[in-house]
Parts: sequence; C-alpha cells; structure tokens
Amino acid sequence: MRYKGTLGGGGFLKAMLSRFANPARFMRASAAALPWCAGFSAAAIAVGVVLALFVAPADYQQGEAVRIMYVHVPAAWLALSVYLFVAAASAVALVWRHPLAEIAARAAAPIGAAFTFVCLTSGSLWGRPMWGTWWVWDARLTSVLVLFFLYLGYIALVNAFDNPDRGGRAGSVLALVGVVNLPIIKFSVDWWNTLHQPASVLRLGGPTIATSMLVPLLVMAAGFYGLFATLLFLRMRTAVNEKKAMALRLNGAALRPARTSTGGRDTSVPAAGR
Amino acid sequence: MSTLTAFLAMGGYAAFVWPAYGVAAAVLGGLTAHSWRRYRASRRALTAIEQ
Repeated sequence: MRYKGTLGGGGFLKAMLSRFANPARFMRASAAALPWCAGFSAAAIAVGVVLALFVAPADYQQGEAVRIMYVHVPAAWLALSVYLFVAAASAVALVWRHPLAEIAARAAAPIGAAFTFVCLTSGSLWGRPMWGTWWVWDARLTSVLVLFFLYLGYIALVNAFDNPDRGGRAGSVLALVGVVNLPIIKFSVDWWNTLHQPASVLRLGGPTIATSMLVPLLVMAAGFYGLFATLLFLRMRTAVNEKKAMALRLNGAALRPARTSTGGRDTSVPAAGR
Repeated sequence: MSTLTAFLAMGGYAAFVWPAYGVAAAVLGGLTAHSWRRYRASRRALTAIEQ
C-alpha cells in the first residue's frame, strides 16, 4: 500500500513505516549498511581503547582506575538506549503489526543484555577499589540490575510460546511496562542518596568532565553505538533468513504430492521475507 | 621494559582495570562471533532450500 499524497501528520509516519515494512527492501538496505557500520565500529573502538589506555590522563583522585570509566559509562548508555529501542520497536509491533518491528525488538534485546552485563561487571570492578565494595543495594545499582532482568525476562518470554505471535505480543507488553524503569535509572542519583556519583556528561548545564577525558569517552560511545547497529542488522538479517527458510520449507512440504489422501496441509503460510 | 611493567601495573589498579576491559572484550566479542556464525548458518540453510 502506498500513502502518496497523504504525507501530513500520521500519514507521514505510516508512509515511513510501510517503506521499511518490506523485508526485501530492508535486506537490500542493511546489506549495504552492514560493512560500513562494522568498519566504523571497529575503528572507533580501536581508537577509543588507545585513547582510553594511553592518551587520557589519570584522575587526580582515582589514579589509573578511572580508565574503567571508558568501558563502564558507554556500556551504561547503550544499556539504556537499547532498551528504549526495544520498547519503541515493541510499540510499533503492537500498534501497527509491523513485520520488521518485532524482529528488530527480538534482535536487539540480547545486545542490550550484553551491554548491561558489561556495565554491571565493570561498575563492580570500579566500585571495589573506589568505594571499598563490589556491590551495594543503592537505587542506581539496583535499578540497573532490574534492567538486566527485564532484558532476560523479555528474551525468555518471547521464546516461551509455541505460537511466535503470542510470544511476541507478551514480550512487547513486558518491554513497554519496563520503560518505567528508565527514568528511575537516569534520575536515581538525583532522587535518592546513592553511593553512585551523579551524571557528569548528560546533565543540564553541560558536561563537568575534563575535555581530555570526554573525548575518549565519546569516541568509545560512538564505537559502541556502531557495534549495536552492526549486531542489530546482522541479527535481523538472520531472523528474516530463518523466517523465509521456514516458509519455503512449509510451502515445499505442502506442494509435494501427498502420499495419502489425508496429507493435505494448509498452504496459506505467510511468506516472510518476501 | 619498566614502562611496560608500569603500564601493566595500572598504578596498582591492574586487578580491576584489566578484568573490566577483559569482560567487555569477551562479552561483546563473543556476542559478535555468535551473531556472525548464526547469520552464516541462516544464509547457508536458505540457499540450500532455494535451489
């Protein structure tokens, strides 16, 4: 369906959605974008690691331990951003039944869980020498742990049903309910007395962190966002391939001459990936 | 040589800095390798059916 001539307001959004609803178009676009995303990500992370380990200065209070920040903070940004992506894709899947939206949400969730795990472990390794403890049940740490379990819950839920549509819908609802956790994570350091320090980059009034530390941080974050795009495209393409193979297999089984008179099968399988 | 030793020592925080980078490399590298292997398997399976 085309939405030409109705590009005002909701028409534009619908037109954009229907543009990318076509898996064939997505497969072409993602095939072209994938090498660029992968190359950018690898280069940015390589430069980021060199900057973080060799160029960035030691902190006047934390010494060399501050270098954990260049892993921990970008991983935390990705943990939140990817969750927002999963929730947005879930909303599109629920409201418009967009065929790629659910594939996108399912593909992104394990990536978000991985970044959240990196954030938690690097934070723990940073907390031990700086705070004197691996873990503390304060608002920031606990809400990020909840985020990790939301990711795991989503992944378990979408795979728990024999009917993938039902699993997808249940997972989408969970992903949307879990959005409540995002502002709690972001503002936990302002609302409650936490051991965790407040924001020093993404804050009103601009960053308070020194430029010599901000630049490596942003380069590393760019690399992590590039890695997310790379893995997202790769995993979405995998899912489209698998759906298409499944549809072809079912069609092939149905089209093969039936051996018995009761061998007829429903051939109206939606052919994903076309 | 002593500069390398000093670098690896991370001002006494080696036991925390290197595992943090190691976990990140292992988790993100592992996910990338896994995703890539599954992608190649999906492409192989599809071409096997399509002909």
